[in-house]
Amino acid sequence: MSKTIVELKDVYKTYDDGFTALKDISFKLNQGEFYTLLGPSGCGKTTILQSIAGFTEVTSGEVLFDGKRINDIPANKRQLNTVFQDYALFPNMNVFENVAFGLVVHDIKKDEVEQRVHDALKMVQLEKYANREISELSGGQQQRIAIARAIVNRPKVLLLDEPLSALDAKLRKDMQYELRELQQQLGITFLFVTHDQEEALAMSDEIFVMNKGEILQKGDPVDIYDEPINHFVADFIGESNIIPGKMVADFQVAFLGHQFECSDAGMRPNEPVEVVIRPEDLVITTPEKGKLQVKVDTQLFRGDYYEILAYDEQGNEWLIHSTNATKDNSIVGLTFGPNDMHIMRYNESEAKFNSRLESYED
Amino acid sequence: MAMKKSFKGLFYTPYILWLAMFVIAPVALIIYYSFFDIHHQFTFSNYRVFFESGTYLTMTANSVLYAFLITVISILISYPMALVISRLKHRDLWILLVILPTWINLLLKAYAFIGLLSRDGLVNNLFEFFGIPAQQMLFTDASFILVAAYIQIPFMILPIYNSMTDISDSYIRASSDLGATKWQTLTKIIIPMTMPGIKSGIQIVFIPSLSLFMLSRLIGGNKIITLGTAVEEHFLTTMNWGMGSTIGVVLIISMVVVMLFTNTKRKGRRS
Ligand SMILES: Nc1ncnc2c1ncn2[C@@H]1O[C@H](COP(=O)(O)OP(=O)(O)OP(=O)(O)O)[C@@H](O)[C@H]1O
Ligand SMILES: [Mg+2]
Repeated sequence: MSKTIVELKDVYKTYDDGFTALKDISFKLNQGEFYTLLGPSGCGKTTILQSIAGFTEVTSGEVLFDGKRINDIPANKRQLNTVFQDYALFPNMNVFENVAFGLVVHDIKKDEVEQRVHDALKMVQLEKYANREISELSGGQQQRIAIARAIVNRPKVLLLDEPLSALDAKLRKDMQYELRELQQQLGITFLFVTHDQEEALAMSDEIFVMNKGEILQKGDPVDIYDEPINHFVADFIGESNIIPGKMVADFQVAFLGHQFECSDAGMRPNEPVEVVIRPEDLVITTPEKGKLQVKVDTQLFRGDYYEILAYDEQGNEWLIHSTNATKDNSIVGLTFGPNDMHIMRYNESEAKFNSRLESYED
Repeated sequence: MAMKKSFKGLFYTPYILWLAMFVIAPVALIIYYSFFDIHHQFTFSNYRVFFESGTYLTMTANSVLYAFLITVISILISYPMALVISRLKHRDLWILLVILPTWINLLLKAYAFIGLLSRDGLVNNLFEFFGIPAQQMLFTDASFILVAAYIQIPFMILPIYNSMTDISDSYIRASSDLGATKWQTLTKIIIPMTMPGIKSGIQIVFIPSLSLFMLSRLIGGNKIITLGTAVEEHFLTTMNWGMGSTIGVVLIISMVVVMLFTNTKRKGRRS
């Protein structure tokens, strides 16, 4: 178990206009890991980064760095750095001066400044660009310079506020690999903000899913994808079919008039629940063999799979990913195994959810 | 295409006419007049007199010195003020208050200052109230410079304030995130980034300050002779339009010099 470097304890943030942007936020960041804050626009991701970086004061709760309370320590005295959403590269300085800024303000000797700026630029593969003006850089290059500037002070924690959101899809993918590699090379903690779930799943050791100022679920990408805590998380992370149902007994769920064996337990008998089935877990067969029958409505070719939209007799929409095409308007059967279903209770807290899962798993 | 061109010309015409009538023609006239003496004879003597007689050169030096002091003082007051106002909640309202005095006639403001600064004016009354003997304040260099600076401050603040509000908050944040103190952020980020504002402020304040004849008469009490007072004297009293125009030409040239000086784009960087 590695060491905790940043911790938030019961943090609330209410802005001057009375709007509460953060509600009861608590989490720990361990040294050398890649964390992602994931949530829709306006859910408070930037506000969390700002309260760690020191640009905004939290209304209540504690922000700890290396075990010490830093609520009242100004931003310039906090040993962490930020890559800003808009990069914030100083336009009155060139690339070298921008990267050197963090060293110059600390009165580091000239030779050392040059060496460290060179090293930082090398890390982001732009060592030849030292004498460029900021306006002469492409978006992707500016983004790397912003990272170089932020790591030159050798922070223990790097906060990154949607650093890839301004890049095109291809460059974005490349930068995801590079960032992940850079983080492992440097061995420092990254707290990365994004509203792109694919990005979060691809890069993170641990994801915090947020909505409306609250953290709904924490966990590694696989857990969050396979076992979302509620409707919001299931819907936000990846594509999913969510059907209302009833937990007849442990490992027995009923929906759409049928009863199925499932792999979840710990609910009250006959408790109303929601069932999640991922589109890629549904297999198309003949209507006779299927556990459910649906009518194909439309299908889209997505390159490596077909995305099929279908409706059951009760009008529920079904999204299916299949390697083979089917016929439009045909009736097909769907099969899925007990492990392909994930059952969610209404309004279950994260602590209760985790302990329930522990009670019957392994 | 041809139609587009004539259409464009239509838009430019008023602007070109305006430029010709109110900018080019007056400047040309001033240059033209500067080559005639008081008897309407063509001559270079105006320029010779200007550069050979010590009076005009001293006057120029004086004017430049006064204008320089006025500009410096108004920067020193305006910059911190703009900085504070740009951080206030109702900053637009505050900047309006600062600009408000420019709506009052200059002459009126000058008389108001005479009332404040005279021997039994408000300031001396206050001094006496605190047991300080009354001072001669009117008709001194200091009062002239201070009043002139007061008059120019709104013109200095506005461009500086505008350039400050243009700075995105994230630059300030980035600076302190990288460990800069407030002072380092001010000197390394805010001041360089507001340089364009300071430069336009200088352009707007310095040149008019070279030729403030009304204030130098009313507040400076005729003891301060600047190029402005000399121009007024030549046109209205001695009727030596040639000499007056020559001084005008010198003023225009100094304006161009100041413009060039404050327009230097940064090219050469870091020694
Ligand atoms: N200074 C402020 N005063 C009042 N409300 C604010 C302030 N700053 C942010 N908010 C509000 O707080 C909420 C969270 O804002 P925040 O910037 O943290 O969102 P975000 O998750 O980073 O969104 P995005 O993905 O769009 O960047 C928003 O609803 C926003 O309107
Ligand atoms: Mg944000």
